[in-house]
Amino acid sequence: MYKILVVEDSSAMRGLIGSIVDRVEDCEVTEVSSGFEALRLLPRESFALIITDINMPDINGLELLSFVRKNPSYLTTPVLIVSTESSERDRAKGMALGANAYLTKPFTPEELQAAVKKLLAITA
Amino acid sequence: MSPANASPEFLSEAQEIVDALNRDLIAAETEARAGEVPPDRVNNLFRSAHSLKGISSMFGYDTISHLAHGLESVLDGMRLGRVHVDPVSLDVLFGCVERFSVLIAGAAEGAPGDEALSAPLIAKLEQVARGESVAVSDPLQLVNIGEDVLSVLTEYEEHRLKENIRRGRNLHILRTSFDLSNFDLGLAELDAALKGVGEVITKLPSAKAAQAGSISFDIIVGADCTSSELAKTVGDDRVEVLSIQRRAMVAEQDKRTAPSSQAPSKSSAAAPSAEGASSPGSDAAAPAATEGSLAGAAGEVNGSASDDGQTVKSVSQTVRVDIRRLDRLMNLVGELSLTKTAFQHISDVMKRELGFTGLAVDLHKESRNFERRLAELQAGIMEVRMVPLANLFERMVRVGRKIGRELGRQVRIDVSGENTELDKLIVEDLADPLMHLIRNAIDHGIEPPDERVAHGKSSEGVVRLAAEAQGNHVVVEVSDDGRGVDVKKTLALAVKKGLVSPERAPEMTRREIYGLLFLPGFSTRVEVSEYSGRGVGLDVVKTNISKLSGIVDITSAEGDGTHIAVTLPITLAIIPALVVSVARNTYAIPLNNVMETLAIDAGAVRTIERREVISVRGGTVPLVDLRQIFRLGGEKRPAMLYGVVAGVGQSRMALLVDELVGQQDIVIKSLGRRLRRVPGIAGATELGNQQTILVIDMVELINEMADVTAAAGVIGAAR
Repeated sequence: MYKILVVEDSSAMRGLIGSIVDRVEDCEVTEVSSGFEALRLLPRESFALIITDINMPDINGLELLSFVRKNPSYLTTPVLIVSTESSERDRAKGMALGANAYLTKPFTPEELQAAVKKLLAITA
Repeated sequence: MSPANASPEFLSEAQEIVDALNRDLIAAETEARAGEVPPDRVNNLFRSAHSLKGISSMFGYDTISHLAHGLESVLDGMRLGRVHVDPVSLDVLFGCVERFSVLIAGAAEGAPGDEALSAPLIAKLEQVARGESVAVSDPLQLVNIGEDVLSVLTEYEEHRLKENIRRGRNLHILRTSFDLSNFDLGLAELDAALKGVGEVITKLPSAKAAQAGSISFDIIVGADCTSSELAKTVGDDRVEVLSIQRRAMVAEQDKRTAPSSQAPSKSSAAAPSAEGASSPGSDAAAPAATEGSLAGAAGEVNGSASDDGQTVKSVSQTVRVDIRRLDRLMNLVGELSLTKTAFQHISDVMKRELGFTGLAVDLHKESRNFERRLAELQAGIMEVRMVPLANLFERMVRVGRKIGRELGRQVRIDVSGENTELDKLIVEDLADPLMHLIRNAIDHGIEPPDERVAHGKSSEGVVRLAAEAQGNHVVVEVSDDGRGVDVKKTLALAVKKGLVSPERAPEMTRREIYGLLFLPGFSTRVEVSEYSGRGVGLDVVKTNISKLSGIVDITSAEGDGTHIAVTLPITLAIIPALVVSVARNTYAIPLNNVMETLAIDAGAVRTIERREVISVRGGTVPLVDLRQIFRLGGEKRPAMLYGVVAGVGQSRMALLVDELVGQQDIVIKSLGRRLRRVPGIAGATELGNQQTILVIDMVELINEMADVTAAAGVIGAAR
């Protein structure tokens, strides 16, 4: 069973992403609504994949990503960024910081599922 | 994803976002008139538009997402300083909000929305977005800031950083670490301390955590003061304040260019966050102040949007209802369930006399149908009756502060669990007793400031108000860190008032002595208080709580404070009950208080100190024989019987019954004025077979038992 962390402040979006990823075989989704919650959860549970939004109220997705990449415990955890196309510069920054993939909203359920499967294959 | 599977989550979140947009725009309009819209405001607006665009595109509402995209571009320009915030641009933004409302209302009814109707608005947005951009040199070259920091900043954060440099403010790094369990609280405290002093540009969680279980942050702050001044403001030596150095040579150049890049009317002292700090006040005033202009904007946009024939209405709707209306509805449900029973009776008779055919079958089916719908109606009304305790608690905090001031005590009221839900009626009736308890805690518990200091406590006393759901119950707790209950003094007073015999006094346990506080006639003061309009005594509290089927429990440590727990059922309107029979009489016992039922062999009953008890998993539980209490007489106790173990608060007892008949939801009806005070009986209820039975008041029985054990008969005389 792969545990997947979804970090997204919009509850409708979070629910949607969660329900799409939940349908991928062997995946169990944990949803949190902010970067703070993610920071709190990371040391307690180990995740096979982190899916995060960029624009969030407490810390942004780039800061979360940078934290994950600098921390030896999560160094290898794949990170998938989901954000809107308007933040083209943020996307470039995300990839530079070590995100494994980037999906632009809107995406189809199939695109998200394919991205998740691909990233899980890297870890396996 | 197509609009066909429009989710209610989408609709309510979209409506929430649009409401937020509207609120922020109204505030921004006032702020723009007063001078400058604070960066937080513009950023909030941008985030709202961004979220709306994100979710509407995901859920397939392209018309909404296109408009949101246009709005986002304008707001992005505004927050990055490229587009000016003025009345003209704000008018267009207001137009978007109105159009969103129409589109969301349409979406709720499955309409995709006409793209053509949004077109003029989108064109206007593009016009605004093209507004002259301000030439920007790169101020980031003026400071020594690492690439590791710059790489994680979003475009907006980078803009704020530049803005701070351009305004000649000093940049600082606040380095601190927190416990992982409550770091957000720590950060919020820091935010509060910095409010009005500097602007928090970003918070970076640092990977260099000192130890497991903690997390470090680098917080980048722009402020006019120096690092040492900032450290003083923060006033926490666990926070290390470092300053980000300016590069000397270019800084000179910056000073020369700075004024020209700013609006001429503004002095450099007008720091963005200082304005941010003053905005809550203007927030509150904003809706009233701008009502006229908002109506104007709405009117204008209605002109362009009315073509779709849709009204501008809110999708998520709330109605406020007088609780008495819900009571009437609940009573009606009670009456209807009697009618239902009558129908079923008629149906049964018809089946017997006419056979299970024709009309008899129809009646049977319809009465079944009726029963199901009635159950749904009941559940629906129940759901409406549930309200969080938050309002009541807020009221208590205000009252508590006031009482504290009047009595010359320094008191802080801490609240937790305020989202716990209870029947509205119980919440209402809880106000009085809760106020008594808080008054009591402040009056008798919290010591005057000098006395507290003399005992090594802080001069400010704390009264903690907490609520927690426990199954079908809610426990509301009032605790204080005051002087606690003086056991000796209490006992002496009870003896003096004749509530306890001098012989009995030395044997009493601490628990029993606390029980004395709740006896009528114990209260030392009989005065009419402004808050309650009655004499303040804990017996009144206990009576009121008992009326709500609740119980009060008190524990205390001398010198350390008192803790009072009030255990209440979630509702009284309709409750599940256990139907039992004793000596051919049938009774209902509310399941609220039932913990378990046991089969008991009469031989297993033991007698300890003239009281019958049974062993339940190693502990002893006193038995209550309904035959004796209700003087049922007649037949003798059978050899095999059942014990219904009930508990309220910490007291336990087992009620002896002959038979467990079944479980049923009941509506308790009053027995009328004349029989209202029959001890041990809460009221009457109807069973399905048109039989009226009595409902046993477990709380009263248990209290009675506790009293009997507490003062061995003396209390009976005092009543």
